[in-house]
Amino acid sequence: MTPARGLLYAAAAVLAVILLAPVVSLAVAAADGSGELWPHLAAYVLPQAIRETGLLLGGVGILVIGLGTGTAWLVSAFTFPGRRLLDAALLLPLAVPTYVVAYAYLDLMHPLGPVQSGLRALLGLSSPRDLSFPDLRSLPGCVLLLGFVLYPYVYLPTRALFLMRAGTLLEAARMLGAGPARTFFRVALPLARPAIALGTGLALMEALNDVGAAEFLGVRTLTVQVYATWVNRSDLPGAAQIALVMLAGVVGLVALERLARGKRGYAGSGHRDRPTARRALSGWRAGLALALGLTPVLLGFGLPAGYLAWAAWRRLRGMGLPETLAAQTLNTLLYAGAATLVTVAVGVLVAAAPHLLGRRSGSALIRAAGLGYAMPGTVLAVGLLAPLALLDTGLNNLAGAGLGWAPAVGLGTGAALVVAYTLRFLTISVGATEAGLARIPSTLPDAARMLGRGRFGTLLAVQVPLAWPAILSGALLAFVDMAKELPVTLLLRPLNVETLSTHLYGEAARGTYEDGAASALLIVMTGLIPVALLLRLDRGAGRQPSRPGA
Amino acid sequence: MFLRRKPAPPPAAGDVDASTAPSARLDIRGVSRRYGRTLALDDVSLSLSPGEILAVLGDSGCGKSTLLRLVAGLDTPDAGEIRIDGRRVAGSGVAEPPETRGIGLMFQDYALFPHLTVLANVRFGLSHLPGAQARAVARERLAEVGLAGREASYPATLSGGEAQRIALARALAPRPRMLLLDEPFSNLDAGTRERVRADTLAVLRQDGISAILVTHDAAEAVEFADRIALMRKGRLIQCDTAETLYRSPVSPFAARALGDVVTVAGLASGGRLTTPLGTVALPTSAPEGSVQVCLRPEAIRIVPRGEGVPGRVLRRSFAGASTRIDIEVAGLDAPLRLAAPADDRVDERIELGLLEGGILVFPRSEPT
Repeated sequence: MTPARGLLYAAAAVLAVILLAPVVSLAVAAADGSGELWPHLAAYVLPQAIRETGLLLGGVGILVIGLGTGTAWLVSAFTFPGRRLLDAALLLPLAVPTYVVAYAYLDLMHPLGPVQSGLRALLGLSSPRDLSFPDLRSLPGCVLLLGFVLYPYVYLPTRALFLMRAGTLLEAARMLGAGPARTFFRVALPLARPAIALGTGLALMEALNDVGAAEFLGVRTLTVQVYATWVNRSDLPGAAQIALVMLAGVVGLVALERLARGKRGYAGSGHRDRPTARRALSGWRAGLALALGLTPVLLGFGLPAGYLAWAAWRRLRGMGLPETLAAQTLNTLLYAGAATLVTVAVGVLVAAAPHLLGRRSGSALIRAAGLGYAMPGTVLAVGLLAPLALLDTGLNNLAGAGLGWAPAVGLGTGAALVVAYTLRFLTISVGATEAGLARIPSTLPDAARMLGRGRFGTLLAVQVPLAWPAILSGALLAFVDMAKELPVTLLLRPLNVETLSTHLYGEAARGTYEDGAASALLIVMTGLIPVALLLRLDRGAGRQPSRPGA
Repeated sequence: MFLRRKPAPPPAAGDVDASTAPSARLDIRGVSRRYGRTLALDDVSLSLSPGEILAVLGDSGCGKSTLLRLVAGLDTPDAGEIRIDGRRVAGSGVAEPPETRGIGLMFQDYALFPHLTVLANVRFGLSHLPGAQARAVARERLAEVGLAGREASYPATLSGGEAQRIALARALAPRPRMLLLDEPFSNLDAGTRERVRADTLAVLRQDGISAILVTHDAAEAVEFADRIALMRKGRLIQCDTAETLYRSPVSPFAARALGDVVTVAGLASGGRLTTPLGTVALPTSAPEGSVQVCLRPEAIRIVPRGEGVPGRVLRRSFAGASTRIDIEVAGLDAPLRLAAPADDRVDERIELGLLEGGILVFPRSEPT
């Protein structure tokens, strides 16, 4: 083995240790932690948290399947005026993080907020007590909110599947005399099962990850309990124990998703032969279809985003920009930006690992890079605390032993946040880079090797430049996710540092909603970037010329 | 003709040591490579002398490209060994990476780097030289292939023939001691192909570089190479000059590789060979008994009535200077196709006979 290759292997080993550190440390912390805490947790905290989380996930699951599959079928099987617009608009709720939508709706539906005031004015009532309005701050309210924001996770793969594979099969069903309803339930739905399972799995992971919406709406989920146990009770072993329970939940979700997918693989990369022949709707049917389709867009995006824009504008007119907004934006850009740089550098190396280290160890590393994304943010943060503290002490001891200065890597600085962001979103960069590398004809790196470049030299001179657009789009997606991130940021940010998302969380916690509107709006606008990217990709895929036969 | 090169100057002192002599010797011994359950290469042994040009001929999937990748170092053999100038580069735990083997490779799709200009492509393999010198060498190589004016172009703007020549210039720029060519002419249209092939051959001959050309085109192998290695299903069938392969193929398959044959059953005994097309003297060293006989078209001729075996003409078709005729003969499974001079008046009923020479006799058991 050449020294350069040895160095590569060593770097990969170190990276693997870092990637696995949160899970290992959780297990250690929970195992040797406080025996006296567990009975308390098991008796008073966990049963209720598990029940609430289970109900929440169940409700959100049903809602996203219904909304996602229904809307996907609507835009794939029918055509009506406005269908193409609806097709794109249905993705918009992806731009709104769950805590932002909860924040907006709490203000919107407040007894003194615009909706209830308007209703009272309409009905001629004077006091909030005269109008009994169901309280949004409840489990059903949380299910509704999360469902209307998260359904695009189901809509997207299901629609892709309908468009890709269903064309001829649906036509065959119609030729055999099946009506629209029968075609949907007997052909389309079973066909789309793998896609629905995949999307629902992702949506539920997001729901499990959510800390803001549940907390604002008073639902004591596991995530909220992890946060509360640590922040309010300063009880790390307890938080780790709850986090481990959540991790078990994630494993269960993944298993459930696999099971629901069944043996039928989800053909994500198939060619789109030709568009499905859509049934044309006209008259009141077309109007109804459009109205049905627009409802989730309106509830999941239009209403909250519109309200935030209006509230931010009112605040701006009244008092000018909130003076802390610039600092929050800067902090958000700084931490997300630094973490994006690290993520892209590490992500490229991990994605290229099969080329650099050989296929087996390379794909193991790629799988390990996905761990952080599978873990809810709070779980990852709690898992990172012990290793970071260990590193801090280690380096301080080293400094004490003669360096003369104490390098700061741990919780006091933003380094912890950058590490956590990187671990959480590494897989986005890895995935994008992998896709980019896969599109490079294998003869190009081979040619570079034949012209005297080593594996690493080939990566730098040929593969990275050619995969650059894909790498950049991965960087953008990772950046946006980091900028929107709440749970990890809440737990690991340095003292007195506020980002857009933590500021919003604080305002909501204090009940001073109007001050957060501008931050929330900025977050939503950031969130629109990947949606636009997705739309462009989607439109592009339709008219990509077929590759000449090899 | 794009060859515009002065005779190669003698290598500058200190520029070349013994191991960078212009061309290399290659020895492949008992090499096998398995992909999953398919045996892509099965115990192949071959040698290439310095300056020799070898064509590896075979259908797709015969293992010829695998062989090339093993020599290049882009893949490693499961068994056997590969030596370059006696130095083991693969086998027995050794797997020297491609970048240190000193071998050039031209790809079927040329594999020009789309993000680099033509000049940057050609100097890609010259990173060990200082910038100015690398540029100068690359310019010189470009001029040799007649594309001096395209330095700043990007590969996407090149024609197929131009791209092929850039690929050649790029592969030869680092002065490899052996060049591997993976069907580099198959993506060109017929006219360009002939010219580019001849020019490429001229460059190789002038530099005296050892080369291995992988191809499925027999005519190309005959024109290009000193020897032809015929492969089938991962095995080396025969490795000989084109003439030997044509005149003394080792099997009916090898007989068909370089030209048409008609295969018939025959009986060899007492120095005579009896076939449905007549009886001739048995070629020396041919097996006795029940045999397979492969007849080159030139061994079959139309004879005057009463002297041969009767046949019936089924079809005549125009083929330029000659006429192609399909003839049904009793005892043959399929009609025989022969070429007759265009002005020959051929009756419907003719008689056929055999000439000695162009008759290849194999044991019955030999797989077709």
